[in-house]
Amino acid sequence: MQDTIVSIRSLSKTYAGGFQALKQVNLDIRRGEIIALLGPNGAGKTTLISTICGLVNPSEGQVLVDGFDIIRDFRKTRSLIGLVPQELTTDAFESVLSTVTFSRGLFGKAPNSVHIEAVLRDLSLWEKRNNKIITLSGGMKRRLLIAKALSHEPRVLFLDEPTAGVDVELRKDMWALVRRLRDSGVTIILTTHYIEEAEEIADRIGIITRGELLLVEDKHELMRKLGKKQLIMDLLQPLAHIPDTLAHYTLALSADCLQLTHTYDSQGADADITALLDDLRRVGIHFKDIRTTQSSLEEIFVKLVEDAR
Amino acid sequence: MNWYAIKAIYKFEMARTRRTLLQSIVAPVISTSLYFVVFGAAIGGRIQEVEGVSYGAFIVPGLIMLSLLTNSISNASFGIYFPKFSGTIYELLSAPVSMFEAVLGYVGAAASKSLILGTIILATSALFVPLQIAHPFVMILFLLLTCITFSLFGFIIGVWADNFEKLQLIPMLIVTPLVFLGGSFYSASMLSPFWQTVTLFNPVLYLISGFRWSFYELADVSIVVSLGMILVFLLACISTIWWIFKTGYHIKK
Repeated sequence: MQDTIVSIRSLSKTYAGGFQALKQVNLDIRRGEIIALLGPNGAGKTTLISTICGLVNPSEGQVLVDGFDIIRDFRKTRSLIGLVPQELTTDAFESVLSTVTFSRGLFGKAPNSVHIEAVLRDLSLWEKRNNKIITLSGGMKRRLLIAKALSHEPRVLFLDEPTAGVDVELRKDMWALVRRLRDSGVTIILTTHYIEEAEEIADRIGIITRGELLLVEDKHELMRKLGKKQLIMDLLQPLAHIPDTLAHYTLALSADCLQLTHTYDSQGADADITALLDDLRRVGIHFKDIRTTQSSLEEIFVKLVEDAR
Repeated sequence: MNWYAIKAIYKFEMARTRRTLLQSIVAPVISTSLYFVVFGAAIGGRIQEVEGVSYGAFIVPGLIMLSLLTNSISNASFGIYFPKFSGTIYELLSAPVSMFEAVLGYVGAAASKSLILGTIILATSALFVPLQIAHPFVMILFLLLTCITFSLFGFIIGVWADNFEKLQLIPMLIVTPLVFLGGSFYSASMLSPFWQTVTLFNPVLYLISGFRWSFYELADVSIVVSLGMILVFLLACISTIWWIFKTGYHIKK
């Protein structure tokens, strides 16, 4: 059994207006992993993060961080956690250095200019340390929020939609940073609705919708289990119809009769491609090209969310 | 106790004052000086001494109280309201900081600013009128209690307010009139018996009266009653803040 750093048990949250944002969520987050919480807008991702970090009071359930209860031992749990919010909320007239120094103090850590400098350099903000925040670009502000969250050397980092509204280059920089943090031993929990982001950097993926955690699975396992594969064959000659002898395969013929597609489960009995190719040759179907495709995480996600409706 | 957090909040708030020195310190000093010019010199020249004290000197404690009350409230209310407005309060809520520590930081800074301001106004007033302070320790005690109590009150307003209008509502519509009608510029004994009785329902009267007593040993009500009243208000503010911590009112969802 892998070491759990965040343990969530039967966590529910009902807001004052009666809206139930979280319903009996159970989740174990492993030390040192990157876990992505995927879900449509309003699914409960931010409420889940906010509850663990102390911004929202849970209605019921329990959350332990490194074995400490987030309510009873809030000082211990919060000093272990760093939070990067979705919105670019900063004190516009503060300087970069002073706001990061403030964050470290707020989290109960003695001043450490060496660490602050290292964090700012790592995020390419050191040259801007004396600039007022209002003068920074959106991407720099996003990095500044990460610097503030890292100022007190957290062991668990929550990133709420870290690449929302940032350009492709910065997004890739951000992914590289997240990987570096993971490599340094920080556990990363990120929410996103960019499937590509989860596919690119996450070790495990949790899918959440309507306040319920539908599943949590290793990314590759999830794609292997739920992903459909397709074998696409470009035919040499147009095919009038699919022969009856091939009826037991899930085959589809294109409208121009020049492409045959076989959809199969990579773990299923129909995954025997050699047998299919033998059968095709036997009935005289020849092809000039052949390729395979696999469902993307996005297709899996859309299907899971639709099934849950 | 998270002393680093208290220090961080305190320093952050004091740095804001340094950034807005004109608004935080210079503006109140100028407006108080104008009160001296208008009430002390222009109008005061036509008013006889009040119980043996020149009118200019008589209004000094009231003017200091006026500045202390309004600035304590505005400093503390803005200090906690602005993070709520800008969203930066997420950091405070996610930090290992108890609400008690947060109050120490915010209210401590607001009270410090008011104390500095009060001292500057006191020094400025010495340029306009001959000052005497009969009971300096009592004066300092009143200064401190007023700064702390009204900074706590400002903190409550900052938590309660969910827009800038509400932030100004109580200071503008309740506190300022109470200060003006609480004997800042006159002695309650100058009023008719009916209005003297009405004035006793104004809590600010007790503050100004006690504070003025520490200067000239002149008071509309007993110094003990004045001290008792400010302590009652202090306890009321502490109780309200305790309730806010307990319920997360207007801070946590």
